[in-house]
Amino acid sequence: MPAIVVEHLAKHFSKVKALDDISFSVGKAELFGFIGPDGSGKTTLFRILTTLLVPDMGTAKVNGLDVVKDYRKIRQDIGYMPGRFSLYTDLSVEENLNFYATVFGTTVAENYELIREIYSQIEPFKKRKAGKLSGGMKQKLALSCALIHKPSVLILDEPTTGVDAVSRLEFWEILKRLKNSGITIVVATPYMDEASLCDRVALIQDGKIMAISTPSEVIKTYPWSLFSVKADDIFTLLNDLKTFPGVHTVFAFGQSAHVSFKDRGIGEKLLSEYLQGKGHSGIKISPAEANIEDCFMELMIKT
Amino acid sequence: MYNPQAENIIVVKDLVKKFGSFTANDHLSFEVKKGEIFGFLGANGAGKTTAIKILCGLSYPTSGKLNVGGFDIYKEREKIKRNIGYMSQKFSLYDDLTVFENIRFYAGIYGLRRKEIEERAANLMQKLDMKEARDKLIRSIPLGWKQKLAFSVAVIHNPKIVFLDEPTGGVDPVTRRQFWDMIFETSREGITIFVTTHYMDEAEYCDRVSIMVDGRIAALDTPDNLKKYYGAGSMNEVFLKLARVKVK
Repeated sequence: MPAIVVEHLAKHFSKVKALDDISFSVGKAELFGFIGPDGSGKTTLFRILTTLLVPDMGTAKVNGLDVVKDYRKIRQDIGYMPGRFSLYTDLSVEENLNFYATVFGTTVAENYELIREIYSQIEPFKKRKAGKLSGGMKQKLALSCALIHKPSVLILDEPTTGVDAVSRLEFWEILKRLKNSGITIVVATPYMDEASLCDRVALIQDGKIMAISTPSEVIKTYPWSLFSVKADDIFTLLNDLKTFPGVHTVFAFGQSAHVSFKDRGIGEKLLSEYLQGKGHSGIKISPAEANIEDCFMELMIKT
Repeated sequence: MYNPQAENIIVVKDLVKKFGSFTANDHLSFEVKKGEIFGFLGANGAGKTTAIKILCGLSYPTSGKLNVGGFDIYKEREKIKRNIGYMSQKFSLYDDLTVFENIRFYAGIYGLRRKEIEERAANLMQKLDMKEARDKLIRSIPLGWKQKLAFSVAVIHNPKIVFLDEPTGGVDPVTRRQFWDMIFETSREGITIFVTTHYMDEAEYCDRVSIMVDGRIAALDTPDNLKKYYGAGSMNEVFLKLARVKVK
């Protein structure tokens, strides 16, 4: 039995369709990512899965339990880390953890093994008020609190937003290990590069799932021929590429631009001549493999 | 654009900021050139926000010499405030004012006249393709529009420098790139950009990047030079190499 099964889920707020007929399932001990920007529907979906919101249509089941009918039982089984830091800022680190353990009828001592690796990093600051922690430490405390009742499913809403690249990397290493210990993890992120760290991903935009697959399968679906182009003046390069005849998309990727063509006949030579004609120097063109972000933007344009 | 010959628009020398026994900024020294896009990176808690507050004239340093836009940070804070723009993801526009009211409010604060405000507002709507949203409440418009509008409002008084504190958090990848198009354009007009971000691909769009670790500047150079020096393929790798050992 899959850990989560969602069928034809819909939710709207006045005129806004926050979720528009969403279906998917997540296997046991799978690390499943929802990749999409703010406002794409991730939080609404997670609030339904955590029984905090009732859907307009469709069904959602966690461990076979219905999110509407069996909400009390589901709450015992899931750990939830909301997008906004929602621990008690005027309680200490230790007090927050004890509070969450008590609410779920357990103790920190009983499940300490589960959080030891994460919690030990913030334990030296256990007397500090949660509101006084740095971003990375808040995130570790929130994860400890979400785990302390030993849930079988973890639901994490943008745990790495506003967090620096180092803390992000460490956070994903922790998720990998939790997954390996048998916990099902559903995680939302606006960072496209984190998609590759998931077993499967759903690309979500405007309340709809645009694609759902393993990261490598998503990349394979990219339909056009793609080049990576560099030149000394990136700003002018981007503008000039946009006016190149037959161009489909131009997007900056760090110090290079990704250019796509629907016509496979357009190659490096034509492109290079065009850019030389525009007076560019330091031109480097090479065929590029699409990444998740290329795919996401392609799907955004299509819909 | 980075031009080593250009005038210094920000000069920081031995900036120290202490909170009790904790040193948030430990002898920072750097210069930013006029018209440059300067990336100010660092791990959470490395001391970036502390430094930005000081540069914006919102907090005094414990010691050090600082000049922003040609003004002294100790004696001319009000002049500094009038010559800079500021935008962050957390604080920018007022949700319960309309698009036009926000523009009027910010332009008014910076002393623009009524006629100028009307003109610039009209230009802005045109440029951002937002004419039909003029009288809509900020809370009702999409996040991408808000971000672009917030940036435009931050430079409406034509400041010498604009400070952008994680301006693109949570935005979709297409809007994020449109936002950077606006940054490039603004810097071409001679406005200096001082930007923080956790998106490492955005670090590569900067002319120069400084990376703060534990209150100090651990590296400062062009993205190309940093990648060469640290034998890294991307700014993400550079950042991880510098910041990883320290963050525990």
